Amino acid sequence: MTTLDSSKEIQNNNSEATEAHEDFRMFGLITFLIADGMTFAGFFAAYLTYKAVNPLPDGAIYELELPIPTLNTILLLISSATFHKAGKALLKDKNSESQKWLFLTAFLGIIFLICQLFEYFHLPFGLTDNLFASTFYALTGFHGLHVTLGTLMILIIAWQSRIKGGRLTSQNMFPLEAVELYWHFVDGIWVILFIILYLL
Amino acid sequence: MTISIDPQKTNNESLQPKGWLRYFSFSLDHKVIGIQYLVCGFLFYLIGGTLASAIRIELASPMSDFMPRDVYNQVLTLHGTIMIFLWIVPVVNGAFGNYLIPFYVGARDMAFPRLNAVAFWLIPPSGLMLVASYFVDGAAQAGWTAYPPLSITTPQSGQIIWILSVLLLGGSSIFGGINFIATIIKLRRPGLKLMQLPMYCWAMLGTSLLVVLSTPVLAGTLILLSFDIIANTGFFNPVLGGNVVVYQHLFWFYSHPAVYIMVLPAFGLVSEILPVHARKPLFGYTTMVFSIMGIVVLGLVVWAHHMFTSGTPPWMRLFFTIATAFIAVPTGIKFFNWVATLWGGKISINSAMLFSCGFIINFVFGGITGVALAQVPFDIHVHDTYFVVAHFHYIVYGGTVFIIFSSIYHWFPKVTGKMLNEKLGILHFIITFIGFNLCFAPQHWLGLNGMPRRVAEYDPQFQLVNQISSLGALLMALSTIPFLINVFLSVRNGKDAGDNPWNALTPEWLTSSPPPVENWEGEAPLVEEPYGYGKEISERT
Repeated sequence: MTTLDSSKEIQNNNSEATEAHEDFRMFGLITFLIADGMTFAGFFAAYLTYKAVNPLPDGAIYELELPIPTLNTILLLISSATFHKAGKALLKDKNSESQKWLFLTAFLGIIFLICQLFEYFHLPFGLTDNLFASTFYALTGFHGLHVTLGTLMILIIAWQSRIKGGRLTSQNMFPLEAVELYWHFVDGIWVILFIILYLL
Repeated sequence: MTISIDPQKTNNESLQPKGWLRYFSFSLDHKVIGIQYLVCGFLFYLIGGTLASAIRIELASPMSDFMPRDVYNQVLTLHGTIMIFLWIVPVVNGAFGNYLIPFYVGARDMAFPRLNAVAFWLIPPSGLMLVASYFVDGAAQAGWTAYPPLSITTPQSGQIIWILSVLLLGGSSIFGGINFIATIIKLRRPGLKLMQLPMYCWAMLGTSLLVVLSTPVLAGTLILLSFDIIANTGFFNPVLGGNVVVYQHLFWFYSHPAVYIMVLPAFGLVSEILPVHARKPLFGYTTMVFSIMGIVVLGLVVWAHHMFTSGTPPWMRLFFTIATAFIAVPTGIKFFNWVATLWGGKISINSAMLFSCGFIINFVFGGITGVALAQVPFDIHVHDTYFVVAHFHYIVYGGTVFIIFSSIYHWFPKVTGKMLNEKLGILHFIITFIGFNLCFAPQHWLGLNGMPRRVAEYDPQFQLVNQISSLGALLMALSTIPFLINVFLSVRNGKDAGDNPWNALTPEWLTSSPPPVENWEGEAPLVEEPYGYGKEISERT
C-alpha cells in the first residue's frame, strides 16, 4: 500500500481515486532527526575531547557571559510551548488562533537569532582565535542554522494555516506536526548545547 | 493515522516516458531507480578501474616513471573515493536495495518514492564533480581518508571539491537509508512477519541503521575539515592548537561502519542466491538475523582499530582489539551457514553460483587477515603496508564486487526478461577469480616484508612480486570485456528467460519478467517461506 498505489485505482474508479494507508512520513522524519542528532553528537564529542586533551594557549579568552544564552534558553523553551498551543488550536479548527500562536513562535525564534548575533558581535574572540572559539562558533552556528530553517518553516506553515485557501486543517495536521517535532528537536539540542558549552 | 492520496499529485503514468527513455528520466518507479543506480555505478566502476590499472602500471617498476609522484597520489585518491562512494555503496545498497526490497516486503514501491529519486539524482552530479576535481589546479591527493594535516597542507582547491562531493554522496546515502528503514518496517504487506522476510531485507535494515547513525558524523567531520581549509580554523591543525586524532576518531566512526555498509548487503544478496542455486533452504535463518544485528551493534564500537599507531592509549587498544575480535563470531556464523546451505544441495554450476562461491572463498581470506589485523602487535608491524591493501581488497572486491557480479547474473533475467550467456559468464568468473587472487594475494607478502602503501616508488627487491600483482590487475581489467559483451549481446538477442528461470521462491520471481510498473497485476503475493526449497508444494504454507 504505497503512495503510488493509486494509479490502478484511477483506472478502476476515477471519481473516488483515493486510497488510505498508514502515514509513515512521521516515521521517516524521526529517522532523519536521529541522523541529524548524530551530526550534533559528533560535534559535541569533538568539543569534549578538545576540552579534555587540548590545552588552550596562554592568555586565550574562553569565558562566556551567561545572561544572553540563559535568555535564549528561556525563549526557545517558551517557543516550544507556544508551538504546542498552535497545534492544539488547529486540532479544534481554530485556524486564526493557531496562526497567531505560530507567528508568536516564529517571532521568538527570530528574537533568539538576534540575541545570538548580538552575542557573536560582543564576544571577545573571533572564529580563528583559538580552538575553543572555533568550536564555539561551529556548534552555535550549526544550531543557529537549524533555528533559521525552523523559523522559515514555521512562517510557511503559518501562511498555510490561513482560513481562506490554506492547506492546514484539523484533517491535514502533518506539516504542522512535522515542523513541531523538528522545533522540539532543535530546542532539545540547544538545551544540551547550553549545558555542555556554557555551564560545563 | 491514515492519509488519503490525491491521484493528480501522485505518479501520473501517462506522463512518464516508456522504454529505454525512462532510465534517463526523473522516474519514481523503484525498479527504474535501481537500474539507474546500477548503470551509473558501473560507469564509475570503469573509471575507477582505469585508475587502478594506472596505479598497477606505475607499480610494475620501482621508480615513478609512468606518472609523477603527485599525480600518483591524486590517482590513488580518486580511485579509492570513486570505488567506495560511487560504485560499491550506491550499487550494493541503492541498486539492489531499490530493485528488490519493495518486492520482498510485498509493496508496490518504496516508502518515499520522491526522496528515492532525489537520493539517486544526487549521485551523477556529485560523481562528475569528483571526477572534475582531478582536472583543477591542485587535485585532492590525501587519499580517500583525507587525513589532516595532509589534506590541509596539500593543494586545496581539489580537496574542497572532493569534500563537497563526498558530502553530497553522504546525503544521498542517508536519504536512501531512511527510505529503506521506513519501507522494511512500515510498508510490509499485511500478514508478512519480520521473521519471514528474505535475508536481504534484514541485511538492508542493518545497513541502513548504520548509514543513518554514522554517515552524519562523517558529514560533520568534513564540514569541520572544510572550515580548516577555507576559513583557517584549527580543528585538525596542530599548528593552531588542533588535534589530528580527533579527525581520525570521527572519520573512522563513519568509515569503519562503512565497511559493513559495503559488505552487509552483499551478505544479504549471497543469502538469496545460494539457496536458489543449491535448491536448499537457507541454513540457520534466525542465527543469520541475529548475526546481522550483532555486526551492526559491534560495527559501531570498533572504529579505533584503524588507529593503533595514532598514539592510542593502551586501554583503548585493548577494548578495540577485543571488540573487533568479537565481530569474527557473527561473521563466522554467517560463513558456516552459507557452507551448510551448500552442503548436500543440488548445486547448479552457473555464473551466479560460481561468483557466490568465489565470494565465500575470498571473504574467508579477507576475514582471517581482518582478525589478524585487529591484534595490536601484528597491526603495528603491518600498519600502512600492502598487507592492509590486500586485506581491504579481499573484503570489498573479493567480497562485495564478486557478489555484485553474482547478483547481476542472478537477477538479469528478471530485469530484462533475457538470460545471460553462461559460457561467457563462466569465462568472466574464471578470469576475474584468477586475476583477483593473482593481484592481491602477493600483496600480503609485500606488506609483511614492509612495503608501504600509497607510495609511488619502492625498494627494487619487491619488483618481481609487484609485477605478478600487476599481471593480476591486467587480468581483472580484461575480465570486464566478456562481461560487457555478454550484457550487450544478451539484452538484444538473449534467450527468453520466462518469469522464473531459476524456479526461485522469493517474491520478485512471482511476477512477469520484466515486472509491470507496480510490480504485480492484482494483489501482492504473501510469501511466508521464501526459502522453502526441497519441500512439496503442499508442505509450504
